[in-house]
Amino acid sequence: MKIAASLRTAITALKALRRNPMRAMLTTLGIVIGVAAVIAMMEIGAGSESALQKTIASMGANVLLIRPGTASSGGVSFGAGTTTTLTPEDSQALLRECPSIANATPMVRARAQVVYGNRNWVPNAIYGTTPNYLSIQNLEILTEGEPFNQRDVLNGNRVCLLGPTLARELFEEVSPVGKEIRIKNIAFRVIGVLAPKGANMMGFDQDDVILAPWTTIKYRVSGTSLTTTNQSSNSTTDSVNTLSNLYPSSQASLYPKKSSVQQADNPMPVRFANIDQIMAVASNASEITTAIKQATSVLRERHRLRIDEPDDFNIRDMAELTSTLSTTTRLMTNLLLAVAMISLLVGGVGIMNIMLVSVTERTREIGLRMAVGAKGQDILHQFLVEAVVLCLVGGAIGIVLGHGGGLLVRFFLQWPVKTSPSAITAAVLVSAGVGIIFGFYPAWKASRLDPIEALRYE
Amino acid sequence: MELIKLYAIEKTYRMGDFFVPVLKGINLTINQGELIALTGSSGSGKSTLMNILGCLDRPSAGEYWLDGEAISRCSANQRATLRNRKLGFVFQSFNLLARTSALDNVAMPLAYSAEYLSDKETRDRAAEMLGRVGLADRLHHHPSQLSGGQQQRVAIARALINRPPVLFADEPTGNLDSHTSQEVLEMFEQLNHEDGITIIMVTHDPKVALHTRRIIEINDGMIINDSTNMRSNRNDDMTSRHNDQIDTIKTLSFNTAAP
Ligand SMILES: Nc1ncnc2c1ncn2[C@@H]1O[C@H](COP(=O)(O)OP(=O)(O)O)[C@@H](O)[C@H]1O
Ligand SMILES: [Mg+2]
Repeated sequence: MKIAASLRTAITALKALRRNPMRAMLTTLGIVIGVAAVIAMMEIGAGSESALQKTIASMGANVLLIRPGTASSGGVSFGAGTTTTLTPEDSQALLRECPSIANATPMVRARAQVVYGNRNWVPNAIYGTTPNYLSIQNLEILTEGEPFNQRDVLNGNRVCLLGPTLARELFEEVSPVGKEIRIKNIAFRVIGVLAPKGANMMGFDQDDVILAPWTTIKYRVSGTSLTTTNQSSNSTTDSVNTLSNLYPSSQASLYPKKSSVQQADNPMPVRFANIDQIMAVASNASEITTAIKQATSVLRERHRLRIDEPDDFNIRDMAELTSTLSTTTRLMTNLLLAVAMISLLVGGVGIMNIMLVSVTERTREIGLRMAVGAKGQDILHQFLVEAVVLCLVGGAIGIVLGHGGGLLVRFFLQWPVKTSPSAITAAVLVSAGVGIIFGFYPAWKASRLDPIEALRYE
Repeated sequence: MELIKLYAIEKTYRMGDFFVPVLKGINLTINQGELIALTGSSGSGKSTLMNILGCLDRPSAGEYWLDGEAISRCSANQRATLRNRKLGFVFQSFNLLARTSALDNVAMPLAYSAEYLSDKETRDRAAEMLGRVGLADRLHHHPSQLSGGQQQRVAIARALINRPPVLFADEPTGNLDSHTSQEVLEMFEQLNHEDGITIIMVTHDPKVALHTRRIIEINDGMIINDSTNMRSNRNDDMTSRHNDQIDTIKTLSFNTAAP
């Protein structure tokens, strides 16, 4: 009964508004613009946030990067990654001993010219790694060919996987699988092409890479530790084709020969090799903090650090980056939302103004309605419903316009846009709220009129 | 049967520091089924009295009983309900809602009384009322598309939609030409005669007053004359029909109240 009566009041209100459609339209314009702005903001905001989430997920939000710490001498720091403390065994130990780490792989990096026939190219990165890397990066499915396996890593086989950008640069239309390329004069057999991944958040082309067993890169290409990353510029010692040179001479200089006494004193075996970084992945996003803690204690133990010694490595997780970025987008969205809310407020004042005019104009009608039995609350109800209906109509138009605007942005600017049901609900509630708040005073004024004076009003 | 009883009704308006007494002690009894003209010169207080009778206004002093209820003690909401259920109003200036069909105009009071009616029932009832005032073919006309007489008939249909026992009309013919006035007055007589509706009509026009059987004359806020109109157009056949209709119009006692 009550609902039917309210519905009838709403229909009466709509009829009253239809008597002056132009004015109703102009009155509600503020609401239309406000709601349209809110909806467009929310949709574009939600779109960029979900795009961000997607990017982060594709990068692997759970990924932890463990790098060697900073070497310093006499107060002079040499920058991140200048100590050589991480080993492939560390990577295995992390995988074995940390329950929160689902996967880990050692990585070495190189930068060098790649040659095929009469073409050459310097890829963004040459990564030496293990097959685990492919599963961490969701690259198990190749466009063509086969991934390298654990045995290739153990043997230091000269095989590699090309990123699609690199494959296109060197081979154009031809399939690279089975072909030989040369990295710093060392022949590698291409055994597969990676699936395209696009650029990452920083604009780094993740398709412009070579993946190879880390042993191969480490001993045949880099020849040294990571301290000389840019190999293409100072490759004098490596310019000779060192096909069978498993242990290049430069390696020896890093480890000063120990005397037999020293060896006896220190039973720790000489480290096999050091690597540039370990890429580990936490079993899920909520475990990242635990994983970092576990990795820290495992590595500190393995590196035999005393309690008062600082870490000789550092662990970075993407979550930090993720939250920073999404906080920034959310901040932007909220700011724009605040502006849109102000516009709604202005719209509300417009509604109040026109409702006051309407009450004055319809004084006789109010008197008549009172004479035929309308109580004060009936009049209040009628004008309140009218204001709310006006706002809701404006809100509905605003939703359509805002959504249309979002679609246009998607269509013309290619921005990610996402329909946001919560924004639509909020818009409906807010416009109804604006109607109630700003419609109340005029409606209350109408309800307080004296029937005789209202009837006599000219 | 007594329908309305006024005892020592006074109304005083306050204009700044002045008190303007408009009604100065009105005593009046009206029985069910009467057709009454309230006459008097302009500014004598007819409309003021009528507003009090119509429960639109409250007297400054005195007692008013309508159908046994003491109106002087009713709240605004109670008076609104009373107006809705028991009273109908017809105004000089019709007071129809502009740009609203005759049907919706007539159905308007139902929004405050008969919320249980469906839309269709509401429309049917409004259409029936318009039929009774002879506007069955003008249901969807807007006031601007109707003549003055037709507009006033729409207003009468609106006043009758809740089947009130009493109808108040303040100068109902004031805006009409003599021919349409005649029509409206005949309609009042018919409603009074056939449906037993008590009608109290304010007019300053003696010719209009002649259509009624009881004429109450007010001057300067006092009733100066309350007489049975023996020359009423229908008086003769009314008295002859009186006996037949004694059930519907229970008592047609032409009692004269003390001035
Ligand atoms: N609201 C009011 N305030 C002050 N004086 C009023 C008011 N309403 C009516 N009056 C005065 O009361 C007197 C009677 O008015 P009214 O009942 O309208 O006369 P009429 O018999 O012409 O209908 C007039 O003198 C008028 O000026
Ligand atoms: Mg008057």
